[in-house]
Amino acid sequence: MIETLTHYLSFTFVQYALIAGVLISLCASLLGVSLVLKRYSMIGDGLSHVAFGALAVAAVCSLAPMTVTLPVTIVAAVILLGINSNGKIKGDAAIAMISVGTLAFGYLLMNVFSVSSNISGDVCTTLFGSTSILTLTNSDIILCTVLAIVVILVFVIFYHKIFAVTFDEGFANATGTNTKLYNNLIAVVTAVVIVLAMNLVGALLVSALIIFPALTAMRVFKSFFSVIIGAAVISVFCTLTGLIIAIIGGTPVGSTIVIADIVVFAIFTLIGKITGRIKA
Amino acid sequence: MALIECKNVSLGYEGKPIVTGLDFEVNEGDYLCIIGENGSGKSTLMKSLLGQKSVISGKISFDRSLNRKEIGYLPQQTVVQKDFPASVREIVLSGCLNGCGLKPFYSASQKKTAAENMEKLSISDIADRCYRELSGGQQQRVLLARALCATKKLLILDEPVAGLDPLVTQNLYSMIKEINQNGITVIMVSHDMNGAIENASHILHIGNTPLFFGKKKDYLKSDVCRIFSQGGDAQ
Repeated sequence: MIETLTHYLSFTFVQYALIAGVLISLCASLLGVSLVLKRYSMIGDGLSHVAFGALAVAAVCSLAPMTVTLPVTIVAAVILLGINSNGKIKGDAAIAMISVGTLAFGYLLMNVFSVSSNISGDVCTTLFGSTSILTLTNSDIILCTVLAIVVILVFVIFYHKIFAVTFDEGFANATGTNTKLYNNLIAVVTAVVIVLAMNLVGALLVSALIIFPALTAMRVFKSFFSVIIGAAVISVFCTLTGLIIAIIGGTPVGSTIVIADIVVFAIFTLIGKITGRIKA
Repeated sequence: MALIECKNVSLGYEGKPIVTGLDFEVNEGDYLCIIGENGSGKSTLMKSLLGQKSVISGKISFDRSLNRKEIGYLPQQTVVQKDFPASVREIVLSGCLNGCGLKPFYSASQKKTAAENMEKLSISDIADRCYRELSGGQQQRVLLARALCATKKLLILDEPVAGLDPLVTQNLYSMIKEINQNGITVIMVSHDMNGAIENASHILHIGNTPLFFGKKKDYLKSDVCRIFSQGGDAQ
């Protein structure tokens, strides 16, 4: 088995997939902690459907996918987070509306103006990721790396502000932190991460990458910092494990990664229960 | 000049006034307690003082020595905080954020301020505990320590004793009193009339219109106070 693994690892496309996987899951987990705590878990799901709709538009107009999906998803993210704080339409209803709306729109476009003969195959690939992570080109990897580094830098530089805005927006605002700015920053970064992560696990499974590591880390760790670090480590570990199993066993990449996340979540829940009981 | 001066202020939502004709001032070292029934405009007034809401008419002016960013604020607890994984130290330190500006990290002196405030509220021994595992009273002290990190002058408290048992309530009140005696001006919004009045130096009683503003000893003699404390309708 180790021989098979080293054999596979000698291919550049496998190396690319591993690099991209690690970077993307790192970004997703960092952001996920803040999103889960702010009760925005569903935003990842909603935005990924928006990105799917945008991708369909790009495919129909034969544009480069990123040039359409990235700006559209960023705009949708800012609007969704804005709605949540405004409150005319309740946040979850708005997300559900946009989510199914764009999904339907995207599928309709792909169906009516189909450019390839295998529509259901195309749709399935976009929704569940299947093999796109293994077909990344050199320029894809560079773009992915640059965006991931930007996301991580933003997170490190604004770490304390993001903590303050996540924990208590009212207080942060009253003491002069520009909460609107940081909420929008979180929205933009979320959009970038989702568009990136779609390559890895597909549109439907993106939110798993965002919420599972955060929730898993929260079972056991007790401070914000340790939850963030824990989530990052867990996320990278699960993605690598999932990818390697998928490559060796020939299973679909996206769902294998998510299953790995779920298994680790279950283990950590158990650990949390046991340690909690010992203390009590 | 007074630290804060309100002149003929009207407050409300979407142009509809809730409170009209507010006139009061807060001087350095005061302990002002704002009381009134639900929906009387207490929270709206507080949001305006914090600069989160604009007034419909009138003017709230602040003394030049008071930086609007340097107001310590103890908000009511939110749902988000109930299961938030953060250590006490992280939360208290986040009160220092307004002194950071664009700097990404806290300075050594800010960490010292946080440590001093934790000492002051005797929560140093639980500095590394997780916030969600603390009792209600401990959580309030953590948030109070955070508010103290944000200010040297003015503390605004929103229902600080809501949901606390009597002993813990007394404890928190005496801590707030001590903070006030150390020179920090306190403005407190509260339902808990008896406890609140005990420590305050000034009272503002509102119920859509200002019913009373003045020193505590005058308030205790007023009709408003008698009717309100008997549980009757203050209108």
